[in-house]
Amino acid sequence: MTHINDTTTLTAAGIAASVRSGETTAVASVQRHLDAIAASEADVHAFNLVLADDALSRAAEIDAAVAEGQDPGPLAGVTVALKDNMCTRGIPTTCSSKILGDWRPPYDATVVTLLRDAGAVVVGKTNLDEFAMGSSTENSAFGPTRNPHDTTRVPGGSSGGSAAAVAAGFASVSLGSDTGGSIRQPAALCGTVGVKPTYGAVSRLGLIAFGSSLDQIGPFAHTVDDAALVLEAISGHDPGDSTSIEQPPLDLRSTLAQGVEGLRVGRITDLPAGASPDVQGRVDEAFDALAAAGATIVDVEVPAFGYGLTAYYLIAPAEASSNLARFDGVRFGTRVSAPDTNQMYMATRTEGFGAEVKRRIMLGTYALSAGYYDAYYGRAQKIRRLIANDFAAAYAQADVLLTPASPTVAFELGDKSSDPLAMYLCDTYTIPSNLAGDPAMSVPFGTGDGGLPIGVQLLAPALADATMFRAAAALERHAAQNGVSS
Amino acid sequence: MSVQPLYVNDDDFFPSNDDHERWEHQGYEMVVGLEVHVELDTRTKLFSASPNSFGDEPNTHIDPVSLGLPGALPVLNRHAVELAIRLGLALNCTVQKSTFARKNYFYPDMPKAYQISQYDEPINANGWLDLPDGFRVGIERGHLEEDTGKSTHVGGAGGRIHGSDYSLIDFNRAGVPLVEIVSRPDIRHPEQAKAYVSELRSILVAVGASDAKMEEGSMRVDANVSVRKPGADFNTRCEIKNVNSVRSVGRAIEYEAKRQIALHEAGEPVVQQTRHWDESDGKTHTLRSKEDADDYRYFLEPDLVTVDPGEDWIERVRAALPPLPAVRRRELAEATGQPADSESVMLVVERDQDAYVLAAGADGGDVALALKHVKESAELADAVPSKHLAELTTMESSGAVTATQAKTIVEAMIAGDHDADPEAIAAALGYEAMDTSELESLVDRAIAEQPDAWEKFCAGEGKAMGALVGAVMKASKGQADGKAVTALLNQKRA
Amino acid sequence: MSSVSQRITPDDVSKVATLARLTLTNDELATATTELAAMLDHFAEIDALDLDGVEPMSNPTHLVNVMRDDVVGAMLDRDEVLAAAPLAEDDRFRVPPILGLDD
Repeated sequence: MTHINDTTTLTAAGIAASVRSGETTAVASVQRHLDAIAASEADVHAFNLVLADDALSRAAEIDAAVAEGQDPGPLAGVTVALKDNMCTRGIPTTCSSKILGDWRPPYDATVVTLLRDAGAVVVGKTNLDEFAMGSSTENSAFGPTRNPHDTTRVPGGSSGGSAAAVAAGFASVSLGSDTGGSIRQPAALCGTVGVKPTYGAVSRLGLIAFGSSLDQIGPFAHTVDDAALVLEAISGHDPGDSTSIEQPPLDLRSTLAQGVEGLRVGRITDLPAGASPDVQGRVDEAFDALAAAGATIVDVEVPAFGYGLTAYYLIAPAEASSNLARFDGVRFGTRVSAPDTNQMYMATRTEGFGAEVKRRIMLGTYALSAGYYDAYYGRAQKIRRLIANDFAAAYAQADVLLTPASPTVAFELGDKSSDPLAMYLCDTYTIPSNLAGDPAMSVPFGTGDGGLPIGVQLLAPALADATMFRAAAALERHAAQNGVSS
Repeated sequence: MSVQPLYVNDDDFFPSNDDHERWEHQGYEMVVGLEVHVELDTRTKLFSASPNSFGDEPNTHIDPVSLGLPGALPVLNRHAVELAIRLGLALNCTVQKSTFARKNYFYPDMPKAYQISQYDEPINANGWLDLPDGFRVGIERGHLEEDTGKSTHVGGAGGRIHGSDYSLIDFNRAGVPLVEIVSRPDIRHPEQAKAYVSELRSILVAVGASDAKMEEGSMRVDANVSVRKPGADFNTRCEIKNVNSVRSVGRAIEYEAKRQIALHEAGEPVVQQTRHWDESDGKTHTLRSKEDADDYRYFLEPDLVTVDPGEDWIERVRAALPPLPAVRRRELAEATGQPADSESVMLVVERDQDAYVLAAGADGGDVALALKHVKESAELADAVPSKHLAELTTMESSGAVTATQAKTIVEAMIAGDHDADPEAIAAALGYEAMDTSELESLVDRAIAEQPDAWEKFCAGEGKAMGALVGAVMKASKGQADGKAVTALLNQKRA
Repeated sequence: MSSVSQRITPDDVSKVATLARLTLTNDELATATTELAAMLDHFAEIDALDLDGVEPMSNPTHLVNVMRDDVVGAMLDRDEVLAAAPLAEDDRFRVPPILGLDD
């Protein structure tokens, strides 16, 4: 049974245009989405928190501004859902964990401020795998999110709630975070566009950190153009983030329709196996589609690609073990009382963290610990360098690369949750981009087994986000005009 | 990651140090290295824009970074880097490309449960500090790191952790910029340790890097102490904390060295541990021991990027460095003929009054006499123009006033009498050079009034002169020149 | 069959849990050991790689010298912050006795 509401036929660009022109009201736009939430949220569980009243009052402000002749911005009246690991001032931010309790951040993440300044309306905080660790949103302390296309299946993770919110029509667009594929994989499983930009293109200030050298915030949307619209609004240098690239906001839409004539699209010949036949079939068709549109297909090699999973599952947990140490019951969040501070730490963290989080904290702590650093974390960082070098070499011959996003279509709830390693394999194709810091995105391209959505992944070198979007737009046009076999 | 240097013996000891005195007890000598944390004199914290100031209302200088809130990110303070470069150059270090690392451990005053510090690549490395007597102490490194918050313990004796009911944490200090300066274990005497701390402080204050006040906590000294038979390899050391004054540095090191010697002599092992110095009982104590020494799991801080100051910046800082205390002492020593490590030279430079003394010399005065007066009267430099001091010293060296009279004039100048003009003051006090016949008549009278003293003096007892000189001084109301009186007495005896 | 291998022992896991301030029951310790060992076995593929002379990469950024001016900026409101604290007293954060943690 699907839960795709008719709001999914609207585009954010269209809504913004008609709100700015006065043709529609922001309140009406928001109300339509709140109605969709009322209709299907109980079955989908995309949200940890729906902000209906806040959204309507913000929408009213925007309409008032328009009535006074002001321009509320390029996302005027556009409903947006935020992954619940982004700080929203005065509004509970949980990371789908018990340990944060009812904590309300005293500040907004930079992306939240930028969205608001662009006229967007936040309709809620979405569910995720606890602390962004997972590929199915089954690790949430508040229960899983379900795939709107088939509620017996997962939406992917860790940004499952944000993906589902867009897929179900609860919000026009949403933001997720991507550390090893946590935007792209759920986008593929839910049939939406999902983008991880170049590392440093979007500020991480206010994003509750999982893997600091890997995390990036990015958009989910129905269309490539909508994703571009959002990414333009939230990207750009932030002096509050020392890893923020010193560039103005990305310029993506102006070249979107340029097509792919002469573009070199790389096929990675030594890509690790593991994609199911239906997924592989769509990827092959995508190559054909781009070739038909004028691109040149080239064979490239990325020899270290397959080691990405291992490197990632040593580096990310290591950084996470350090990033999550601040959850200690002293200054914010929950605390379990104990006779001394040390016992308080142990009780608070043992009670507050879920199993996957604890598993990764221990793995990461081990990888960094004395005597093991060189063997694990140290080696993983060298593999990371190899992957970056291999990509750089590949990009000497190709402008973009094309691979599967998720190895399979959405799997059933419970299917992989008892086998952590099996779950980790979901990230096989998405991880290397995070390690290299390069942009990548998933574009819906047909369906697979059971009629479930399939996404194909485009990769590009750092700062070539616009090229990647251009190729994505071409694929999208092809799918719309010619259809894609299912 | 690379490991800190491990010193086994004196391979790198500066050869010129061999001539200096070493402390020795029961055939053992001490081997001491000092780790000094200094708070940098910046307006804001190392990684966030909260104020860096002392003694304010608790938890009023806080921001998401200082509190370690989720989603917060550090941004490096440029001025902290500038001050770190300044102090590095002043300590003869190589200023180099550096990176930040996370030092992971749990403690309530550590908001992120990790401290951002520098590990593999510190900003300053391989320098040295020369003590006033010329002994050279090597400096391994000087790196940037953030300070922790402060805990107050409630319910225990003396505010200590042990026996407390609970603790209260103030994060005002969390994130304040520190430089940790680590010396090589070159120190061999408690006085050297004290001199190192004093000299380091002078340098830090001179370059404006820190006010370095141990009593306020802006300079904190930890001592690494071990003992050995001279020439042998180094033994296990202990780290001594809670040393809060220069004097305590000497006492604590000496106590600890003797404690370890006793263990060695008894054939017992010295356990590597951190010990607390207790000023009230004059001993070091072991803290309640932890189960495991913490494994800090250092790794490169992913939220910060490399700092590479570059030649231009470094040279700009070097060019702007003020003359360091050692240079100033040398200059003052050369001008006045006093040793560079004499009490007067050291004190006057420490007080920042050397320029004043030299100015008095430049104004035509006697520099050696100027030094003497400035050393004896701390307020002179601020109260009296150097020109006037110069005049006074000229009056003194020509014999127009005696040494005693000069002192009185100095006090009057400081008090502002007669616009601090020494000539005017001398005249007002009736100080005139006594002519020789007037002086001689006073001497004759003293001899007449104290025949016993005169007899003893003639017999060769030099001590008896004191009574005679005293009588003359009294009769002259202090105007007689003591040296002239002595000369006359000797003349008459002969 | 000692498939769990020497790669990681329950003692290692116990030490790691302590470092991370997590308590494990005996069952959890056994499970965690099995799981972590299986992961490390999987990761062992990297042991064979020749990584000599490869510069480690800790962050994809190429940025250098990112700094800010030494100027006071906005601070948090103490009341708002302490209101979010699990326990506060006297304008400070209150914690139980700090034992076993050293100074």
